[in-house]
Amino acid sequence: MDRLANLPWWAILIMLASILFIYSFITDEIYNEVFNKIVVGIRLTITVTSIAYLFAITIGLLTGLGQLSSNIFVRNLALLYVQVIRGVPIIVQIFYTAFVIVPAVITLINLAGDQLAIMGWLKTENIFTKLSVREVNFITRGIIALAISYGAFSAEIFRAGIQSISSGQIEAAQALGLTRFQSLRFIILPQAIKRVLPPLGNDFIAMLKESSLVSVLGVNEITHLGKKYAAASFRFPETYNTLAFLYLSMTLILSMGVKAMERKLKTGSE
Amino acid sequence: MLSIQNLTKIYDGKVLALDNVSFEVNKGEFLAIIGLSGSGKSTLLRCINRLIEPTSGQIIWNNLSITTSSQEEMRFIRRKIGMVFQHFNLVSRSKVITNVLSGRLGYINPTLSLINRFPQSDVELAIKQLERVGIADQAYKRADELSGGQQQRVGVARAMMQDPEMILADEPVASLDPVLAHSIMQYLEKLNKEEGVTILCSLHFLDLVHEYADRAIALNQGKLMFDGVPTEIDDKKFKNIYGQEAKRVG
Repeated sequence: MDRLANLPWWAILIMLASILFIYSFITDEIYNEVFNKIVVGIRLTITVTSIAYLFAITIGLLTGLGQLSSNIFVRNLALLYVQVIRGVPIIVQIFYTAFVIVPAVITLINLAGDQLAIMGWLKTENIFTKLSVREVNFITRGIIALAISYGAFSAEIFRAGIQSISSGQIEAAQALGLTRFQSLRFIILPQAIKRVLPPLGNDFIAMLKESSLVSVLGVNEITHLGKKYAAASFRFPETYNTLAFLYLSMTLILSMGVKAMERKLKTGSE
Repeated sequence: MLSIQNLTKIYDGKVLALDNVSFEVNKGEFLAIIGLSGSGKSTLLRCINRLIEPTSGQIIWNNLSITTSSQEEMRFIRRKIGMVFQHFNLVSRSKVITNVLSGRLGYINPTLSLINRFPQSDVELAIKQLERVGIADQAYKRADELSGGQQQRVGVARAMMQDPEMILADEPVASLDPVLAHSIMQYLEKLNKEEGVTILCSLHFLDLVHEYADRAIALNQGKLMFDGVPTEIDDKKFKNIYGQEAKRVG
């Protein structure tokens, strides 16, 4: 009886559903069509997520360190960024980045080009003045938006990881005559990174799901493809079943990866 | 060699941890610092290498003023002052040898040290230090796989990698059992007698003080209560240091 109660029934259910889905994709004509229409967007979903993620953890590490900086300006800038991002819904951030920040940055670059031309450093028509908002496509804008958004979340992870290193470690590093940079590089970060890897992995999974939001910019990732297909064919259940199945299979595989990483980090040495 | 003059430390403008403490330490001395928990022993040791900023007073070391040194000068002073901690403060996930080698980082150019490589001579030196404390065979184990006594030996070996003129030991044996306590104290004694390393060591047990220290100073609520040879601590002085209710143990 106990053995039955302890079986991971939820996983078995998902497995059975997956088998049923895969069977339908092969045999059912409608499911087969839906699947083929949507699956081409997976590549874009993964690309958007991966690139945005790399930028996000870079921003996150710098911001996390900034939050702990003794420099008042740096610290407050980092705190401001994190607080603003945490207080605004991600979908609003996506619109804001795509239609406010990116155009504003392009305008600034144009102005800089004009200024350089006036100063005689460049020709009147130069690469800076020629740059137009339309040249920054919506995939790029979506990536920028996700990176800015998740940068703040991973900043909190890095900050917590660094703060979790005991003060004795920092004391010992100082007593050995290490510079601030050396203690960060040799004592604090190597230990902090190991603690933040699992939560950062979970961030990647969250980001994969959140990448569906860039569909509002018309980026042809799987959610947008699904939405378009359903609207044209009225096959709502088939489309959204397939869409949910695709996300679920990606996130389940990834979270198994994160679990394996956690186990390895508990025992491995460097 | 080391001169402490009117050293005072007040935490947050309220808590008086050190109250006008003055004493001298001669080169090659083994000085024990005794007193109750909270009497200011750790604060005193940490003021000497400025892990804690003193509120007022002066610390002169080899004619250098520690209290007025810049951060950059402090780095050069600190690498000649080893420190051993009660809770070892090793990087527990790293290998023993890596921990010992980190004692050498103060000598390596900060930008060059970016790449995680130590010269072969440093690696050999690290093994030699581990041999001296009798755990060379554990060099490639993770630090947290070692017992407490072994971890503290790594702590001593790490301090020795600094090629220090002085070692500050903050209750180095307080988290070890008595048998291990003696073995750690014997390593410190050996460094003191054979290499002439000056040792400042805070201790709880008076029998350890009698056995290993040339001289002892005692703190009570941040005040210097005693400065002299350990055998001079009679019952009256003992009660001055530890309070009227205190009884001798060990």
